[in-house]
Formats: sequence, structure tokens, C-alpha cells
Amino acid sequence: MTTADVAEVWRDEWGRVLALLVAQYRRLDLAEDALADAFEAATRTWPSRGAPANPAAWLLTAARRRVVDRLRAEAVAVRRHPLLQVEAEVQQRAHAVLADPGGLVPDERLRLLLLCAHPALAPEAAAALSLRLVLGVSTEDIARLFLTTTSTMAARLTRAKRKLVVAGVPLTVPDESHLAERVGVVASVAYLAFTAGYAPGSGPDPVRVDLAAEGIRLTRVALALLPGRRLLSALLALMLLQHSRRDARVDAAGADASLVLLPDQDRSRWHHDEIAEALGLLAEVISTDEDDADAPTRELTLQAVIAAEHATAATASQTRWDRIAVAYAELEELTGSAVVRMNRAVAVAEHQGPVAGLALLDGLDERLPVSHRLPATRAALLTRAGRCDAAAAAYDLAIERCGNDVERRHLRSARQALNGP
Amino acid sequence: MQYAVLIYSDERLWTEASAEDRAAYHAAHTAFDEAVRSRAKMLGGEALVGVAAATTLRPGPGGARLVTDGPFAETAEQLGGFYLVDAPDLDTMVDLCDLLPHQYVLEVRPVADMSSAEDWLDAQP
Repeated sequence: MTTADVAEVWRDEWGRVLALLVAQYRRLDLAEDALADAFEAATRTWPSRGAPANPAAWLLTAARRRVVDRLRAEAVAVRRHPLLQVEAEVQQRAHAVLADPGGLVPDERLRLLLLCAHPALAPEAAAALSLRLVLGVSTEDIARLFLTTTSTMAARLTRAKRKLVVAGVPLTVPDESHLAERVGVVASVAYLAFTAGYAPGSGPDPVRVDLAAEGIRLTRVALALLPGRRLLSALLALMLLQHSRRDARVDAAGADASLVLLPDQDRSRWHHDEIAEALGLLAEVISTDEDDADAPTRELTLQAVIAAEHATAATASQTRWDRIAVAYAELEELTGSAVVRMNRAVAVAEHQGPVAGLALLDGLDERLPVSHRLPATRAALLTRAGRCDAAAAAYDLAIERCGNDVERRHLRSARQALNGP
Repeated sequence: MQYAVLIYSDERLWTEASAEDRAAYHAAHTAFDEAVRSRAKMLGGEALVGVAAATTLRPGPGGARLVTDGPFAETAEQLGGFYLVDAPDLDTMVDLCDLLPHQYVLEVRPVADMSSAEDWLDAQP
């Protein structure tokens, strides 16, 4: 077994083994450190001595030994009050599973997921903690994803764990009446992790885009633990569609990297296997009766429908902008969002011309006072309407507000092209 | 775990409430009280007289005490009452709080056990 194989075991087994350790010992910090130590030992010994027959069982035993050592060292084998509230029955089952680690059950993992994606945590803290504890992503990578330093992220993770413990957040699966709401939190936490990878930073960073895939992985885990949840299927479809374009979005890496917008992207560089999977998921979501879908599910479904229209157009000019405009109109009615309105204006402009699009941008300025996207969108539509002076002024405002290198370079070249040959 | 549930609301919600609204508020508090008694333990709770009756003591210059009329902070929502509940966990506590009038802002705070070293360090002075 190579180091890469150990990394693969890490990806596959981290969350399951950690969930069992947490259920038994009720100590998030101890369980996490012990499992990290166990993996470290595995990386040292497996490549030379060979991997054990059951890697998960080996890790569990090794981590468990470390937890027990630490508890002895602390001389507080039994806490005055349980730091994480766990039902006695869950603890007993975790004991049973630890005795027979062959049958790792998904239930503990679901509890761990719901613990991390808890509404008592700030969304970004919940997203970071879910990546760390449910997926085993390193603190360093999480810091890079969220554009912060490793030490700041480590402190943030510690605070989040502490909040869960001190506030008495239980390690339980709520009953059905509350579960739907909690699935909504899981979905927004996973989507936050995903979009963080695409959030404009101070410069281009292809690694952050790779890390966005951890948001997809979190959604896959959630869907496996909560099968049949349409919200999660719609979310997974949307993420896959957006992520499938990653290689075509940026041309040339490094300092010269520039953003390639959708119409100019080389569609052969899209990941068509991911698009196919997303379309399958979307068809499933839509085929179920739409009337009983809740608002978040409808919202994600509409967004996925729009992304799917783009993904299935053979060329940019064959895009069904009429259908996209209709989906955006529904989405705007559902959310009342100014950003949705702006995107709708773009779709309408493509279908009915720039003047119709510009009319939909009216009144958005006070609702989006710092966005560089609004003046950038207006500038593009004004250019197409032949109003170059107004377009130049809009580009200037967009360039002033834009904080991302790649995007700003793109805006500058569009502004220069106005002066024309 | 013991939790303090701090109730913040705009005082006009109560002073300007109709007889029906007041009955609805009472009913919500009664439902909360009953649910706490069955699923957790009620340790106490009181409603406070409005902030017009509040007196605030602040640190003054040179270590002196400054006594002033009015509440700690002039905000739209004011502390109007509290409950002290022993509940199994935060999810149960939040679920119980859902029975209280939804016009309230509710802050749920764990009560520190001053006999525990960890809580003692975490607790506010």
C-alpha cells in the first residue's frame, strides 16, 4: 500500500471512524486528534509493512487506544457532565460496533453530520467543521478554501467545537418534523463550502476550485445518509453542472490566467460525465410531484434547470434563452432576489435584445450598491445597444468595485474594446 | 443542562396589545410552561416591569458608581423576562422555545456551573 492509498482510505473512512469515536467517547477534540494520529501511524507503517485486512478496524483500534491513553492522562475518565449529550442507546451501539468494527453503521455518521451542520453555528464555521470532521479535509486546505490562514482557521474550528460542547448540542437525529429543516441547513452548509472555492479571492487559485469539490463530496455523503431527499439531489445536480465547467473557465494558469466566460468556453473541456449524472438527478427531482416541494427545493431545482439548459446547448448560440428567462422569472418570484433579477435581465437580453434586458436592470442600483456585477452587466448590455459612452462609464464603475484580478482584467479589456478599431 | 432563556421584545408589543393578543401571549407562555414541565424541568422564570422602571449602575470616573435612569441599552427590543430551565440538550431547549410567541427575540444561554473548572474559565465575571 502506497501513501496515496492511505490517503484514499483517509477519504473513504475518516468520517465513519470519527463518528464512531465521537459516539463512544463524546469528545470531539480527543476523537479528532486520536484519529489523525492513527492515520499518521498508518502512513508510516502500511507502505512498508503492508496494509491490514480491514483498514477501518485497524484505524479504529489505534485511535481508540490513543483516546483511552489521553483520558487516563487527563484522569477524568468520566466527566462530571457529558460534554456532548449522547443517548445511552447510541453509546451502547457504538460500543457494540467498536467490538465488531466490520459492520460500520451509517447512523453515527449522520449524527456527526447533523452535529457539524447545526444551526447554532455560524454558517461558515459549520461548513469548515463539516469538511474537517465529516470528510477529514485538512485544516490547511480548509483555510485555503475560505481564504484565511491555517492558524485562524484552526482557532475558528476550535471555537466551533467548543460552542457545540458548551451549548449542549446533542449528537442525535431529530424526528421527521425537524429533520427537513436540518437537511436544509446541511444543504446550505455544503453549498457554502462549494461556492467558497469559486468566490473571488485576491488572485486566481486553481487549488481552491479543486477544494470546491469537497462541497460536492459532502453533499454525496449527505445524500447517501439521507436517501430520497430531493433538496440534496437538486443541490448535487446544481453543483455538478457548475463544477463541470471548471477546466474551461480559466485559460492558462498562473499570472496570465484569464476568465473565460460561458459563451466563449471550449465545450469539449466540460466534464460531460458529470453533466450526465446531474441531468439524471434533475430528471428524478422533477418527475416527483412538484407541488409538494418546499421553497428551498424549488429554488435549487430552478437553478439546476437553468444550469442544465447551458450544459446541454451544443453551442452558445443554440442556448434556449427563452426557457432560461422563464426559469429566472419563476426564481425571482420565489426569492425576490435582486441578483436573480439581474441574471434574468441577461437572459431576457439574449432572447429579446439588450433594451428589454436594460429595462429589467432599472431600480437595482439601490438594492445592489457595492456589486461590480451590476455595472458590468449594464455595461455589456449598453455596448450591445450601441450606447458606448454610457457603457464606458458603467465599465469604469465595475472596474473600481471589482476585487478579483482575473475579473478585473476581463473588464478592462472589454472597456478598451469599446474604443474599437 | 441548565439554560437561561432571555426574552427580548419591543415593549409596545405588550402595552399596545389588544385583549385577544394578550390572551394569545398568555396561552403561549402557559403552553411553554406545560411543555417544559413534561419534557424538561422548570427552575424559574419571571416577567420584568418595563424599562421605564429600570435603574442602571455603571462604572463612573475614578472607580465611582454612576447611577442613571433607564435600561442598560436604548434598543428597540428590551429584556422583558427570563426562564431558567433544565433541559437535556440545546435541540430540546430550542424546540420548547418555539412555543413562546414568535414576536420575541430569544437568547438561549447555558448556565455556567461554577464548580466546574472549565465552566469557571468560560463564565463571564
